[in-house]
Amino acid sequence: MAYDKFNILKSSAVPLPIENVDTDQIIPARFLKATERKGFGDNLFRDWRYNSDNTPKEQFVLNNPIYSGKILVGGKNFGSGSSREHAAWAVYDYGFRCVVSSFFADIFRGNCLNIGVLPVQVSPEFLDKIFTAIEADPNTELEVNLPEETITILVTGEKEKFGINEYKKDNMTNGFDDIDYLLNVKEDIKTFAESRPF
Amino acid sequence: MSNTLFDKVWDSHVVKKIENGPDVFFIDRHLVHEVTSPVAFLGLKNRNIPVLYPERTFATADHNTPTINQHLPVADPLSANQLDALEKNSAEHGIPYWGLGHEKNGIVHVIGPENGITLPGATIVCGDSHTSTHGAFGAIAFGIGTSEVEMVLSTQCIMQPKPKSMRININGNLNFAVTPKDVALYIISKLTTSGATGYFVEYAGDVFKNMSMEGRMTVCNLSIEMGARGGMIAPDEKTFEYVKGREFAPKGQAWDKAMTYWETLYTENDATFDKELTFDAADIEPMITYGTNPGMGTGISNGIPMAESLDGGVATYKKSLAYMDFNEGEDIKGKQIDFVFLGSCTNGRIEDFRAFASIVKGRKKAANVTAWLVPGSHRVEDAIKEEGILDVLQEAGFELREPGCSACLAMNDDKIPAGKYAVSTSNRNFEGRQGPGSRTLLASPLVAAAAAVTGKVTDPRELMELQSV
Repeated sequence: MAYDKFNILKSSAVPLPIENVDTDQIIPARFLKATERKGFGDNLFRDWRYNSDNTPKEQFVLNNPIYSGKILVGGKNFGSGSSREHAAWAVYDYGFRCVVSSFFADIFRGNCLNIGVLPVQVSPEFLDKIFTAIEADPNTELEVNLPEETITILVTGEKEKFGINEYKKDNMTNGFDDIDYLLNVKEDIKTFAESRPF
Repeated sequence: MSNTLFDKVWDSHVVKKIENGPDVFFIDRHLVHEVTSPVAFLGLKNRNIPVLYPERTFATADHNTPTINQHLPVADPLSANQLDALEKNSAEHGIPYWGLGHEKNGIVHVIGPENGITLPGATIVCGDSHTSTHGAFGAIAFGIGTSEVEMVLSTQCIMQPKPKSMRININGNLNFAVTPKDVALYIISKLTTSGATGYFVEYAGDVFKNMSMEGRMTVCNLSIEMGARGGMIAPDEKTFEYVKGREFAPKGQAWDKAMTYWETLYTENDATFDKELTFDAADIEPMITYGTNPGMGTGISNGIPMAESLDGGVATYKKSLAYMDFNEGEDIKGKQIDFVFLGSCTNGRIEDFRAFASIVKGRKKAANVTAWLVPGSHRVEDAIKEEGILDVLQEAGFELREPGCSACLAMNDDKIPAGKYAVSTSNRNFEGRQGPGSRTLLASPLVAAAAAVTGKVTDPRELMELQSV
């Protein structure tokens, strides 16, 4: 599925300074029963966000109206656990286009890149600076510049480079996906398949 | 440069390299289940393209299935709809589908090896992170997201950068009552849940050489819980013996040809790894987790660590203990529990039921414990009956359920209630993993059995000294 092109994103951010946020927290398994990619944002962080009677947990950041924006900032080892792409879909469907952390779990990072959510890995020190800036002013804006591979805290001007491979960068800035690429090399794949012993 | 086992298998599956980008990586065998596939099939429909190699694709229903009354229609309409979608999609694309009631039905990572789908030197993916299980056979096997499921269905390839390599060596002999599950929980407790992120792990040394295929599957299964994409063990005679004669394994001349290849699948003596770790088997005792990620595990005779002893992350640690309603420094042994779950792709194989039965034999299930014993497949279920294990379990007051993922992820009705404690042989103790508000203590089938008959966290060695195993 193609997605929106990603170039420069300027937005306020939602802070979630918790480590090891696993994909069962991002979206619990009982919400994986759909056969279409629709409505997952409603259940993003379901059990942290709502009580068992479906009333909002007021202390949770997504229920706090002073925080908003298209960037989610999480603690280290974000997205560990299950391979469910539903977690990335929930992040996207809620309205986030970028997740910032000092460390990402592999599969979650890959899933994000495949659906147009940019995972930005920063140093632990820079992550602290972002949390501090948001704490000081919830409206503080971050600028994520994909072509230049930089993230900037606009109010202080502090900036850090982040890494992404050229292929994925090209995909995201153009809104291409991997299947477009793979379908173009299908004949090479078929030739390769014939050489496989099993 | 000499190659590792991982290099040999990876490099032989690269169709094309992209400069500054991922490899176009060929997948030999693709396992599909009902939860992570429907949107991928929808993608094919939208692009109007077929499944390229249905004969390399195998579908089963496991995540979202009931574990009682499987002969009846599935009651939950959403679950029924998802199962129905997989059955229809499989039929439309010519993919073998082993749904509820089929003799080959079971947890995807249990039935792959059982049917000879899992082979040494193969690449195997599935929209499930515990696909790493199949690495026990010297395969490169890992979990993928739904976009990648769509890629594999449509092109039999994914776009994957080659991970870094790590070798974990454990030599010596395991202590009494220490199982493969304990070995894995021990490694994860040392590495943390992110310690192997970005790496593909090879397990080497006496401990893994001496392990059964079932044990190797348990260890490789848990590779993802330290962040590794997968783990693998070099195939040996034990592996070949296990694979030989299984339905989808090569036969006749094809077998001989495969054997010639498989015998080359080992790490060269002078090959190097990006990271290498060594542990001593003698240091490992029966393990149990006390927190909300699989890295929060300890030897069962130890106490819960103090936050001050940790290297950072104190707030997250305290949040985790608060969720469990445990305190720093207190004993884990003796904690009252409510549920026991034996099963999952981690510990739902025949060996796990044998281990569980060895402790409950001649004892009775504790009155305060609800136990869910869920075989990984119908084949496992059959073996439990044939070996007389079912009789042992029933005499001790246990019932056997029907195969599936069950309470491991609690997508079906097998949910641990809020606030209750479960000693579980599954793979994740995340908040709410086994049901909203549930509290999970991960452990081996022996520790689970000891809890099931005593009603509290109990060192299985205390029960095993009284009888021979």
